[in-house]
Amino acid sequence: MARMTMIEAVRSAMDVSMARDENVVVFGEDVGYFGGVFRCTQGLQAKYGTTRCFDAPISESGIVGTAIGMAAYGLKPCVEIQFADYMYPAYDQITQEAARIRYRSNGDFTCPIVLRMPTGGGIFGGQTHSQSPEALFTHVCGLKVIVPSNPYDAKGLLISAIEDPDPVMFLEPKRLYNGPFDGHHERPVTPWSKHELGDVPEGHYTIPIGKAEIRRKGSAVTVVAYGTMVHVALAAAEETRIDAEVIDLRSLLPLDLDTIVQSVTKTGRCVVVHEATLTSGFGAELVSLVQEHCFYHLEAPVVRVTGWDTPYPHAQEWDYFPGPARVGRALTEVMEA
Amino acid sequence: MSDLDRLSLHVPEPAVRPGGQPDFSNVKIPKAGSVPRPEVDVAPEDIRDLAFSIIRVLNRDGEAVGPWAGLLSDAELLAGLRHMMMLRAFDARMLMAQRQGKTSFYMQHLGEEAVSCAFRRALRKGDMNFPTYRQAGLLIADDYPMVEMMNQIFSNESDPCHGRQLPVMYTSKEHGFFTISGNLATQYVQAVGWAMASAIKNDSRIAAGWIGDGSTAESDFHSALVFASTYRAPVILNIVNNQWAISTFQGIARGGSGTFAARGLGFGIPALRVDGNDYLAVYAVARWAAERARRNLGPTLIEYVTYRVGAHSTSDDPSAYRPKTESEAWPLGDPVLRLKKHLIVRGAWSEERHAQAEAEIMDEVIQAQKKAEIHGTLHAGGKPSVRDIFEGVYAEMPPHIRRQRQKAGY
Repeated sequence: MARMTMIEAVRSAMDVSMARDENVVVFGEDVGYFGGVFRCTQGLQAKYGTTRCFDAPISESGIVGTAIGMAAYGLKPCVEIQFADYMYPAYDQITQEAARIRYRSNGDFTCPIVLRMPTGGGIFGGQTHSQSPEALFTHVCGLKVIVPSNPYDAKGLLISAIEDPDPVMFLEPKRLYNGPFDGHHERPVTPWSKHELGDVPEGHYTIPIGKAEIRRKGSAVTVVAYGTMVHVALAAAEETRIDAEVIDLRSLLPLDLDTIVQSVTKTGRCVVVHEATLTSGFGAELVSLVQEHCFYHLEAPVVRVTGWDTPYPHAQEWDYFPGPARVGRALTEVMEA
Repeated sequence: MSDLDRLSLHVPEPAVRPGGQPDFSNVKIPKAGSVPRPEVDVAPEDIRDLAFSIIRVLNRDGEAVGPWAGLLSDAELLAGLRHMMMLRAFDARMLMAQRQGKTSFYMQHLGEEAVSCAFRRALRKGDMNFPTYRQAGLLIADDYPMVEMMNQIFSNESDPCHGRQLPVMYTSKEHGFFTISGNLATQYVQAVGWAMASAIKNDSRIAAGWIGDGSTAESDFHSALVFASTYRAPVILNIVNNQWAISTFQGIARGGSGTFAARGLGFGIPALRVDGNDYLAVYAVARWAAERARRNLGPTLIEYVTYRVGAHSTSDDPSAYRPKTESEAWPLGDPVLRLKKHLIVRGAWSEERHAQAEAEIMDEVIQAQKKAEIHGTLHAGGKPSVRDIFEGVYAEMPPHIRRQRQKAGY
């Protein structure tokens, strides 16, 4: 066991996977010699050579397109999209190619690729370094979508993703890279070294894709969250003293519907939280499922707390980011309904 | 403001529209045998002129001439002729089947048979093509069963794709034929990735990407050239310039560049332009490029100059956008007739044998069609199961899809 940041955890996942399977290759913009702009691939080129970890041209459609071809050959590419905001040029390759190759060829060809991409806000990244495009992936059949919230999960889930036979979108909340950020930007950051989920085994382990985790047991209201918002929700529960049950989805697709339904059936109340914009966000799917499966147990309307339906602003970041105060107000609202 | 200050937009137009006299005077056709054959390790900058010429082997008298000639035996050429005739007969039957409502859609190869049929023979078993919808010759020339192609076209109970894909979007890993997407240009960069993987694994297999003149305008085309150039991927990048992208003439995609082959020059990729209706020239150029790739010398870009004689698909009528007689005016002739003439000149073939072969091949295609139709056609007979809609989205069916399948009653 070692204390790791989320950066070290995803690096360790790639390291372990590359050591176990010679078909695992890692590439992307700046990931080779330099080790990535967030340093997630630092040292991998030195350890595994330039043909297994290398720099790519600034061409996301090229990165994903070549990864698909490599997967068709039999490799297991784990590529980095430098920011989730940069994935759009590759969207055609992701949605119409990677996601459908197994289906359209009836398994004659498959596409076991992982696209890692830093996601979400909280770093003053403005419109082009803060987006949360997960719903653009969950809407595409054939993809799996993962958003880890801590180093332990990040490593176990990334190894699972690399070993998965289908394409996996692996969104890494960049504000969590160095610590469990709870939305209190005015306070010093707690490092992962002081958090129990910073305890990460150095070797191989996996976490199943499609299983949620309850981060806080509670009986008053269920909060469904993922990524950075898990920590924001935990802070909001403490600050409002509302006995919230906080579910960390970890996988958005496949979704652990059972855990959500069990919890909401028990609490009768539900708040869904994500950083992404509101309209047609993944929260809409979650609320819809809660309504379909828990309607007769609900004591209050299900509430969403999300980013506003605007582009992600720069200077006004903390008025955009759904912090603990906004989540807390939503908790109070559903309790009073 | 004077006239000199006013801008105007240039929108290219083809030389002739319906009602006009077909005119290919702008297509400069060099004499067969006149283009030199460089060594495969030539520096790309030393053969820049090859991107602006046309490599041709068969002359007007049906003789094979020049430095690109002499690679194929009588038996190999007879096999090539047979493949092209088979593809043509297959197309004729499937077009008819579409009109009879046995399938929803079809795309034929008329006039372009030499490109995919000859190319396939320059590859080895294990190499991988990333084709578009007009390279079925890659399958025919590799002896892929016609019945399987028809099962796919008819979306019947034996369709290898279980009814999920549009007609002609074949797949066969075994025959080096990557699943056709139907989206344009996406597979071009995937071919480069496959080739990179082969190089990463120190394998000896190579890849071939396919694209049409129109879709070279897609950004994936340019991504493919960057990656192929940067990593010197063992890939052959084929551009089939059949002059027409549905109704859009090739000048709209080509822009101010002289040729499509010239696109390779800026990337330092050797670029060849070849007579796409000349079986011998296509084979010779493909073999040159394959040898370069296999010797780890990197990618080659090839533009096949050809003409799409038929419609783009069964969904358009070419007489609405080009003169009806344009295909007859096409200066590079018909690939089947040219190879036939060459084989007669060689003394290996005759008009009688050709007529006999035509009848035999058509009979073979009809027999295959009968076998396929036993398993159903789009609206009659055996069909893929409704269960097949839900299978194969993932290796393992996730719970939400299982629930939906149950809801559908399966």
